[in-house]
Amino acid sequence: MSEIIKVGMADLKTCVSPNGITTLGLGSCVGIAIRDPANKIGGLAHVMLPDSKSIKGSQTNIAKFADTGIVELVRQMEKLGAQRSRMVAKIAGGANMFNFHGTSSFGQVGDRNVEATKAKLGELRIPILAEDTGKNFGRTVIFYPETGDYIIRAVGKPEYKI
Amino acid sequence: MSDMSLEQVTENYYDILKELGNIGAGNAMTALSQMLQCKVDMKVPQVRLLEFSEVGDMMGGEEQIMVGVFLGVDGDITGSMMFMVEEESARHLIQKITMGMLPPGSEFEEMGLSAMKEIGNIITGAYLNSLSTLTNLKIVPTPPALTVDMAGAILSVPAIQFGIFGDNILLIQSQFYDEIELDGYFILIPDLESYAKILGALGIPLI
Repeated sequence: MSEIIKVGMADLKTCVSPNGITTLGLGSCVGIAIRDPANKIGGLAHVMLPDSKSIKGSQTNIAKFADTGIVELVRQMEKLGAQRSRMVAKIAGGANMFNFHGTSSFGQVGDRNVEATKAKLGELRIPILAEDTGKNFGRTVIFYPETGDYIIRAVGKPEYKI
Repeated sequence: MSDMSLEQVTENYYDILKELGNIGAGNAMTALSQMLQCKVDMKVPQVRLLEFSEVGDMMGGEEQIMVGVFLGVDGDITGSMMFMVEEESARHLIQKITMGMLPPGSEFEEMGLSAMKEIGNIITGAYLNSLSTLTNLKIVPTPPALTVDMAGAILSVPAIQFGIFGDNILLIQSQFYDEIELDGYFILIPDLESYAKILGALGIPLI
């Protein structure tokens, strides 16, 4: 029996086929799904903020940030036997939930999360095979390391996969 | 002071924040009652400091469809504020305010959303007004923005702001009734420096 593992906000988990892994209601956060196609080891990180270094004070939850969260997810996958050189990624989220006027930083946090995610994956040489980012709606995502399918559900839209 | 975390603020001043939440929500309900021209009763609001992972569960799951009204706060304190209400409650409020002029099911089309935005505007305005009166601080709300989406997605916006300085979110849940029971949620998101200002204005210096 396969199961669907749930990842919370500012959280990350690994997942081995035939199991799937999901995170519900991504808004401006980004859901980063990584997979090693050779052994079908996967993982999902639900990051909230771009950069751990730009935050003052002590930060205990490394899954919260794109930079530290991705590194940790890759580390945990490697521990299970995945190899960095084979890893591929798909990303979703980073929406701008409110159409906010002015130069408020609120509007841009989704974009900044996506940028930081891409930068970190680039640095680790993990190619991004597909993305569904930005726009103004929330997304629930389910990732299957077996196939690499990244299923996306949004309110008032038919389910689709990338 | 800059080392102060949200946990410390709430440990020491939980009761004060709770009382502010109580008064704010009370005022908001009075405004709602006047707007709907009917009696609106409310329970004592629950003020809770939640882990990010708990917030969605509390509202009936991350995928629960909700209406969120979000606005910025400027003036002596800075930050933002959000009012959230569950989908069915929002439809009820919209029908009530438009006096049943909208066909059922069309509440989230342009007219209905515009009405909901106005409801959100008045409720949050009343909330912030009471905070301003209590603290004698100037609080200026920006025009509201509205969205209908999954609770988790809407909550990501305030959660990210809280996430900058901690791993918790301060949520004020206010249950109110007119003919049906409605659950409304207020999330006040002052910048960290503004917490100190609010408490200072009440004559409570931070340690």
